[in-house]
Amino acid sequence: MQPSRGSFIVGAGAATLISAALARASAETIVHGVFENGDRPLVAFPQKRPLMVLTPRPPQLETPFAVFDEGVFTPNDAFFVRWHLADIPTSIDGAKHRIRVAGAVGEELSLSLRDLHAMPAVEIAAVNQCSGNSRGFFDPRTAGGQWQNGAMGNAVWKGVRLKSILDRAGLKSDARQVQFNGLDRPALPTTPDFRKSLDVDVARGEDVIVAYEMNGKPLPLLNGFPVRLVVPGWYSTYWVKMLSDILVLDRIDDQFWMKTAYRIPDTPNHSVAPADKDFATIPINRMVVRSFVTNVTDGQTMKAGRAEVRGIAFDGGSGIKSVELSPDGGATWSPAALERDYGKYSFRRWKGDVKLEAGKTYDLACRAVGNDGGQQTTTSIWNPGGYMLNVVQKYKVTVA
Amino acid sequence: MKLMTFAACAMLAPLVAAVAVSASQKPAAKAEPAANSNVGITLPGDLSFQFKPGPGSQAATTYCLTCHSSAYVSTQPVLNKAHWDAEVTKMRKAYGAMIPDKDAGEIVDYLTAVYGKST
Repeated sequence: MQPSRGSFIVGAGAATLISAALARASAETIVHGVFENGDRPLVAFPQKRPLMVLTPRPPQLETPFAVFDEGVFTPNDAFFVRWHLADIPTSIDGAKHRIRVAGAVGEELSLSLRDLHAMPAVEIAAVNQCSGNSRGFFDPRTAGGQWQNGAMGNAVWKGVRLKSILDRAGLKSDARQVQFNGLDRPALPTTPDFRKSLDVDVARGEDVIVAYEMNGKPLPLLNGFPVRLVVPGWYSTYWVKMLSDILVLDRIDDQFWMKTAYRIPDTPNHSVAPADKDFATIPINRMVVRSFVTNVTDGQTMKAGRAEVRGIAFDGGSGIKSVELSPDGGATWSPAALERDYGKYSFRRWKGDVKLEAGKTYDLACRAVGNDGGQQTTTSIWNPGGYMLNVVQKYKVTVA
Repeated sequence: MKLMTFAACAMLAPLVAAVAVSASQKPAAKAEPAANSNVGITLPGDLSFQFKPGPGSQAATTYCLTCHSSAYVSTQPVLNKAHWDAEVTKMRKAYGAMIPDKDAGEIVDYLTAVYGKST
């Protein structure tokens, strides 16, 4: 899973390399599916190690789960990729990039990266998770991007507070939402351009930043180079990539990507019965608490004796209060030890152990609780969008 | 001038697309933002994904591939005709796909027959 790392090809050799590589595509490695139509070829896109290709155009690339056992932060070249629209700029000059700030503001701005660097920098560790992460596990299945659990990652983001930018422009008193647009465009002029909006109170939060670095490096182009919005605790649909426009609205955004797409039922656990039709919806927002084992896979055979079980947990920004581990599918639980705290928006690594007897099978399970009291569900929720799954994960283990 | 290089898995990668990076033309000042560089990549298109043969595959190729690769279809669960009809309707109504009625019907039948199930 850990490929060798060499220095990259710079400049004109690129085209030759591509065609040689495409000729070998038939021999590509496949990660076999854990659900129907779940096979994914492993392909290295630019600035990326081989990742699981959900769709090549627009690029949707999933992080192989073993990566999450390598460390608390997800390397940039392993970080998942998700674009909605096919017309993505493939060449960007960061020096020429500008972020326009307009709408209900006192003064319109056009900010360069140099302008951003002249403002106070902040760094924050935060999980970026796709709203539809784990959609492939919904039962009944629902249409959409069929992710396993790897449409997420944790990074240290560095940039400037969005609040600082908004304050500089000066919000007018009738400002209600702030809308974000990036450089990506639809393939057809009739397709709604991808734009997302946050309420002014959320947008002015201390932790919302316009990030120009990810894990100490410029963002990979496929993760939004040269700048992306970072909304810690919120699903990544709001983390607009290649951020180019900040438009302050004096109304609630009613365009497609807010009014129609990325809506969740306004019900307990945002769950409904598959036959339900009449329920109110709201825009998806804060993440729910989740935890995963990272060093054991479902169906694995293990040796008898004491075995370390370790993993990650995160929530929507209250931080992880506790993680528990069960050897028997949730009948009994014991506390796991939490490792170093990188902040309330970060993955929190944890560690526990189980005693395994030869010839037996075990249903390992883990569950986390947030500082806000948020818990994982014991049975899977369901909603038509396939959003916000946070069921307690189970891992069947056979002991040799 | 700082020449940036990106780590990549050129050795073991089953498929490698490419990135070209050059430093900004401006002289590198001390506080020069790292993201001020000029980055260019080449995307690998649809890789080896293509629609399976069958009646209607031409219409699907013509209209669906304008915006996305066939992997958007082949990675879906096995949907019935009502579900595929809903998907094609969503592409036309919500995403503005300009598919004539006749072709839309043909595409629904194709998706149901080749990627779906009868009930």
